[in-house]
Amino acid sequence: MDWSAGLQGLAGGMLIGLSATWLMATLGRIAGISGIIGNLITQRPKDDSAWRVAFLLGLISGPLLLMALGGGLGNVAGSPGEVIGAPVGGVGLMLVAGLLVGVGTGLGSGCTSGHGVCGLARLAPRSMAATGMFLLTALVTVYISRHMLGLGGGV
Amino acid sequence: MSQSNKSHWMKTAAGYAAGLLFGLGLAVSGMTDPARVVGFLDVAGAWDPTLMFVLGGAVVTTFIGYRLVLKRSAPLLGGVFQLPTKRELDAKLLGGAALFGIGWGLSGYCPGPAIASIGGLSLPLLAMLVTMVLGWFAARRFDA
Repeated sequence: MDWSAGLQGLAGGMLIGLSATWLMATLGRIAGISGIIGNLITQRPKDDSAWRVAFLLGLISGPLLLMALGGGLGNVAGSPGEVIGAPVGGVGLMLVAGLLVGVGTGLGSGCTSGHGVCGLARLAPRSMAATGMFLLTALVTVYISRHMLGLGGGV
Repeated sequence: MSQSNKSHWMKTAAGYAAGLLFGLGLAVSGMTDPARVVGFLDVAGAWDPTLMFVLGGAVVTTFIGYRLVLKRSAPLLGGVFQLPTKRELDAKLLGGAALFGIGWGLSGYCPGPAIASIGGLSLPLLAMLVTMVLGWFAARRFDA
């Protein structure tokens, strides 16, 4: 097992937790990406958009900052100097996946961050149920695509 | 600068800092690599436990952080704590989560890493971002 990858995961996870704590402490908001950015794009809430735009820019600039620092702190599987990994599928697959992620997080009111991180930390029953559900269908999806349909490395 | 203008800029700066920390966290942890995510979900293959450490570190830190923060009566920059109040486990929540999981498993991208990876934009990622936004608009129609 690759312990350095796990340690970086732990460190990165703690940064995400600090981000969620900071956003609640300063603005009183849940750090759910699909909520913050989805609502920004679909609703453009008046007087409530500036911090969302700023969050979006910060989110994009995080990995860029790490790259500017030399990239040595990235954690891409198999290429430790890299920060951003390549997609695992082609355009056709990603069009389908994107639609499922958008519709799913929209209907389910959250994604890995809103339900998986903030919701679990609040011990919220809805988030526990949602997290269990999306983990289950994701595990089944990968099992079917990789081991039954034999779509190896990339799906 | 007027008082309300000052508070507006502080809120915007706080939002940027939160996004930056979040993006750094995703990058340091390797969640900006969809292969790591799919590797975690591939329990019958060469399993990659990294995501478990990320989620564990994030949940425990947030759990402790929220405990401290929510003792206060209000957020530092004004307003109120906006916590979800819904309790029911309805079909919309579970059905939405199920669809999201399928898309997540197919691509290895959930919304955070997909957006945070814009700095290394590729055609497949762009395709995903476009349909993800379309999906958000489509989901809104169910609420109408």
